[in-house]
Amino acid sequence: MEALLTTETFADAAINRSLVPERKIDLLRQMFRIRRFEQAALKQYQTGGQMGGFLHLYIGQESVAVGTIFLCGETDHVIAGYRSHGNALAAGMTMNECMAELFGKATGCSKGKGGSMHLFAPDKNYWGGHGIVAGQTPLGLGLAFGLKYQNMKGCCLCYLGDGTVNQGVYQESLNLASLWDLPVIYVIENNQYSMGTSLERSSAYKNCLAARAEGYNIEWDRINGEDLYEIRAKTWTAIQRAHDQSRPTVLEIDTYRYYGHSVSDANAKKYRDPEEIEKYRKFHDPLRLWQARLLEEGIITEPEISELDAAAQAEAVAAVQFAETGPLPEPADILSDVYYEVDRQSPAGRTGKHFFND
Amino acid sequence: MPQITYRKALNDALAEELARDKNVFIIGEEVAQYNGAYKVTEGLWERFGDKRVLDTPITEAAFIGLGVGASMLGLRPVIELMFWSFAYVAYDQIVNNAGCIRYMSGGQINVPIVIRGPANGGTNVGATHSHTPESILANNPGVKVVCPATAYDAKGLMKSAIRDNDPVFVMENTLLYGESWEVPQEEYLIPLGVANVKREGTDVSLIAHGRATITSLAAAEILAAEHGISAEVLDLRSIRPLDEEAVLKSVRKTHRAVLVDENKPFCSVSAQIAAIIQEKAFDDLDAPIRRVCALDAPAIYSPPLEKIQLPTPERVVQKVVGLT
Repeated sequence: MEALLTTETFADAAINRSLVPERKIDLLRQMFRIRRFEQAALKQYQTGGQMGGFLHLYIGQESVAVGTIFLCGETDHVIAGYRSHGNALAAGMTMNECMAELFGKATGCSKGKGGSMHLFAPDKNYWGGHGIVAGQTPLGLGLAFGLKYQNMKGCCLCYLGDGTVNQGVYQESLNLASLWDLPVIYVIENNQYSMGTSLERSSAYKNCLAARAEGYNIEWDRINGEDLYEIRAKTWTAIQRAHDQSRPTVLEIDTYRYYGHSVSDANAKKYRDPEEIEKYRKFHDPLRLWQARLLEEGIITEPEISELDAAAQAEAVAAVQFAETGPLPEPADILSDVYYEVDRQSPAGRTGKHFFND
Repeated sequence: MPQITYRKALNDALAEELARDKNVFIIGEEVAQYNGAYKVTEGLWERFGDKRVLDTPITEAAFIGLGVGASMLGLRPVIELMFWSFAYVAYDQIVNNAGCIRYMSGGQINVPIVIRGPANGGTNVGATHSHTPESILANNPGVKVVCPATAYDAKGLMKSAIRDNDPVFVMENTLLYGESWEVPQEEYLIPLGVANVKREGTDVSLIAHGRATITSLAAAEILAAEHGISAEVLDLRSIRPLDEEAVLKSVRKTHRAVLVDENKPFCSVSAQIAAIIQEKAFDDLDAPIRRVCALDAPAIYSPPLEKIQLPTPERVVQKVVGLT
């Protein structure tokens, strides 16, 4: 195994020094949960016959969602793009409600109306799950605006991919974030490929993608995504900036996805060298590296790691069972959750014709 | 009853709702310090301050998306588009985010925003600034669309739109901003989804929305004076939700329908109304349904020609007289 990168300085950051062993183990537990959830979903997609559409797997990127979202407090909010099962689970959603949503069941978080790209849990400050690339970037801005308007000390972590940075509305959002001093943190999960197009073939930049923030007078930083201590240290700085100064930050976290853009990515093994994928799996896997770290610190043992993993696997198996056995939405459910007023049968919802079926 | 302009009626509605609910705020281009490109928001920044009335840069997708995001936390943004034509650069935010988030979240979220601004041709600003997107937006379940034709309707519908818990798009008209109507001083609301008979008649129903209602009223005058035809003018006011009963009631009374619509004809609001009438009141019709729409080309610039590209009272009269 390649040597661990220079983690010492980040391990010494205050936010990491205050991290008790149990919470360090929690980080590993959550990464296992995401990986086992995704592997179970993949298996079901390929063999179960109940999932449709797209399935964008988070495997390889677990440290990003877990490392950042674990820093959130009660008034911090999260919103993400389409590769976001990991973000949803890290935000506190259950495997059951997420897996059932992938199965299109009424027991899913969105009652089977959203699907893989549209997991939502507003009660956990998790606002989706958005399918259109960059569509979530002004929404994150709006969540930050809402916090500021209500005089709440909080922030919004808004996730996007390296392929998102070239969408106009993301650039528009950066401008407003800085102009209006909004507490939003844009987290670029740079897995090096926007679908099948490599970073080099898609983006013009100097230094890194996050550095574009300089043009908007926004603080930015770049993070080695295989080091949880570094993720935590630099994200915490951004959160404090949002909380204390109401200023935005752009963070770029280098990471890697082991699978294709989606499960139906026919060219998943063509646009990148299989050796490249193997190199990441072997030497840069965030789960393996964190395990090594915790072993080195002497706060976990190999058997305890196996137990954590087994528990995550069992939870994923149970989630599949929950999803399989749950009821489908009824045909009549197609027409609910369209209008708030109609759902509640308020006077407004009972006035005029809202639906135009034959 | 005092007469006030359509512009003032909107301004009063906004001021009253800003005063009523601290979660209401206004954002858009030039809405604050400039007092509004069309002066609809005049004086509001001075009265309510920076927090409640905010000038944005020219960045429609971002500020509409911001409004949607803020509304998810319970705020009630009223977002001005200087022209509804500019919605096209923010289409993803309007249709996918404002329109679909409630559904995709299984009803966990609602998006109580208002987007408002003028949506009309007839002002010689060329095709890009003259769109009437009520038809394409009303095509999306999850959103609501209203098109007030008078100052009275503008005020009552705007207040209801702001209090509604779903996304409501209010389509105004620059040619009407300076026109005056009677508006009561006491507070009133007009529910979305309720049409209004603007003129009673017995021989033919002119069914319209927005400024086409005013065109229809002028046509009805000519029909009565010169042709002895009694035309009823039904103003839809609200496109979605739609007052289908009012449409059917009027057609059942007059047995003839001419639909007047500033939309381009293909997939327009009037196309939907025609489909409803033939499906539900076919046996009540004594003549085929006819339509008078904008002539089917991008809005022409040339001032005299643009006048005749939109429905005119004369074209409406001609169409009615030609009914068998």
